[in-house]
Amino acid sequence: MSNLIIAEHDGSEIKAATLHAVTAAQAAGGDVTVAVIGSGCGAAAEAAAKIAGVSKVLVADSAEYEKQLAENVAPAIVKMAESFSHVWAPATTSAKNTMPRVAALLDVQQISEVTAVQSATTFERPIYAGNAIATVESAESKNIITVRTTAFEAAAAEGGSAAVEAVDATGDAGLSSFIREEVTESDRPELTSAKIVISGGRGMGAGENFDMLYKVADKLGAAVGASRAAVDAGYVPNDYQVGQTGKVVAPDLYIAVGISGAIQHWAGMKDSKVIVAINKDEEAPIFQVADYGLVADLFDAVPELEGALD
Amino acid sequence: MKVLVPVKRVVDYNVKVRVKADQSGVETANVKMSMNPFDEIAVEEAIRMKEAGKADEIVAVSIGAAQAQETLRTALAMGADRAILIETDELVEPLAVAKLLKAVMDEENPGIVLLGKQAIDDDSNQTAQMLGALTGWPQATFVSNIELGDGSLEATREVDSGLETIKVNMPAVVSVDLRLNEPRYASLPNIMKAKKKPLDTKSAADYGVDVTPRLKTIKVAEPEARSGGVIVGSVAELVDKLKNEAKVL
Ligand SMILES: Cc1cc2nc3c(=O)[nH]c(=O)nc-3n(C[C@H](O)[C@H](O)[C@H](O)COP(=O)(O)OP(=O)(O)OC[C@H]3O[C@@H](n4cnc5c(N)ncnc54)[C@H](O)[C@@H]3O)c2cc1C
Ligand SMILES: Nc1ncnc2c1ncn2[C@@H]1O[C@H](COP(=O)(O)O)[C@@H](O)[C@H]1O
Repeated sequence: MSNLIIAEHDGSEIKAATLHAVTAAQAAGGDVTVAVIGSGCGAAAEAAAKIAGVSKVLVADSAEYEKQLAENVAPAIVKMAESFSHVWAPATTSAKNTMPRVAALLDVQQISEVTAVQSATTFERPIYAGNAIATVESAESKNIITVRTTAFEAAAAEGGSAAVEAVDATGDAGLSSFIREEVTESDRPELTSAKIVISGGRGMGAGENFDMLYKVADKLGAAVGASRAAVDAGYVPNDYQVGQTGKVVAPDLYIAVGISGAIQHWAGMKDSKVIVAINKDEEAPIFQVADYGLVADLFDAVPELEGALD
Repeated sequence: MKVLVPVKRVVDYNVKVRVKADQSGVETANVKMSMNPFDEIAVEEAIRMKEAGKADEIVAVSIGAAQAQETLRTALAMGADRAILIETDELVEPLAVAKLLKAVMDEENPGIVLLGKQAIDDDSNQTAQMLGALTGWPQATFVSNIELGDGSLEATREVDSGLETIKVNMPAVVSVDLRLNEPRYASLPNIMKAKKKPLDTKSAADYGVDVTPRLKTIKVAEPEARSGGVIVGSVAELVDKLKNEAKVL
């Protein structure tokens, strides 16, 4: 048993998602090595070395990895994976893009979004938008696994003192290139790690009405999310989407405003500790599963909620 | 340019699936089945490429039970030209699906393959990326916009931080996200016409691909259920409960 964790990082810092993947790997047993693949990512590698329980950090630092293009990163992971029985990554869009490419290069069937590690070869994962949980046993000589971060605690970011080892770069595949990005800027906490999330749905009616949610969020230190319908309608950017095909969140408190509670939305927030629904339709399916339901017009209830938080 | 569109037959997204009593899987008998919603978007995109004069033939492929013919007929009714069914009663994992698709590609030589980002039954989100690996082609995944260029394409991808645009060489593998387009409904005359379009039936053995699963499903269980809570009468009561009962504020 030996584990390689593919770190999610921005060059200087290790993203919290990585810490959850470390915990998942520890549940399988064996040593934990973290791979930091990037360009100018020395600081991130140093940060990875401090994660509690990590025994080694492998760093591949080269220009072709800068934008995490799968065609360039996958060969680097394949090369590093040689001496490991398990390769893990948090199920971020970056890893979802790269890891199956790695798996196929290794002729391995990947195990996506595991939510529990029963043994080194037995894992649980949700299927059908979380309506069922499959327990699968792997007979692969190498296991390629992505981890649903909300299902595992974060390992401590400090406390370790792993050795950092540089590995050779694998070169530019010359198949793809980065052009531009539109990053959603926000001072609020990250959706997937916030303790409180308030999400708006189609019931919000317009993008500017999300201001009501931002005000509540700022009083609570919360992140703001959305249903697919709200994103499709252009009220908020795509990275706000919570659900089966968006982000998965599990905060202490999730407040759904003007969201009906479709199974695909539910899939992304049902593991929240406490769920509140504000909806004017008492028949909305979300009321059947929310811990606290308020049947009200959101245009009255949300400003009132904000006022009550002073 | 030929476009290949793999389409999967899945339990309709509106169905609340039930786990079988013996925990061997989910109940699919007498359950409404449909084309994977992401695959409808892929078919639509292929048709738009053809309508724009950038593609000349659309081949839909499905791997699955004999009934997957219906899914292929839907793709044909939407506007695909031809279909291939690789018939099997086994559950075929993404790696094996990718291997079969690679074998089809070796015969068909498409310029682009458009897949869904995720099948809503297994929720794997793997096949397109695996196909990229097996063919050595670049991949553009979770795509919400495609601009076909000369020998390359620009794709806008939905990522955790927002949107990212990349350029990939053609031929390429593309996996489509929900906001790429809104798929059309097939008209009645097109549904009639689709019945006459060619649909070839093959087996995995025809392509020499071993589809034996690599993962053994030990059981499929119901998730932990949440019990419904209470309806509160006012915002004040809600805030009080969140503070004093749930202790989350
Ligand atoms: C393949 C696939 C994947 C999907 N993935 C996702 C996903 O990841 N995430 C996701 O969220 N959805 C996803 N969906 C879409 C999902 O099926 C639903 O369509 C969507 O979640 C509905 O969003 P909504 O609840 O905001 O809108 P609606 O269902 O239209 O509900 C709006 C609600 O707002 C209430 N309302 C309206 N006005 C007011 C008011 N003034 N005050 C209070 N309440 C009001 C209404 O009563 C209603 O309940 C997916 C669908 C498919 C097919
Ligand atoms: N059995 C299948 N037949 C045809 N296409 C498939 C099949 N399985 C997966 N695909 C394609 O691969 C995409 C992603 O599936 P998955 O990797 O299983 O989430 C789907 O949206 C389809 O385009």
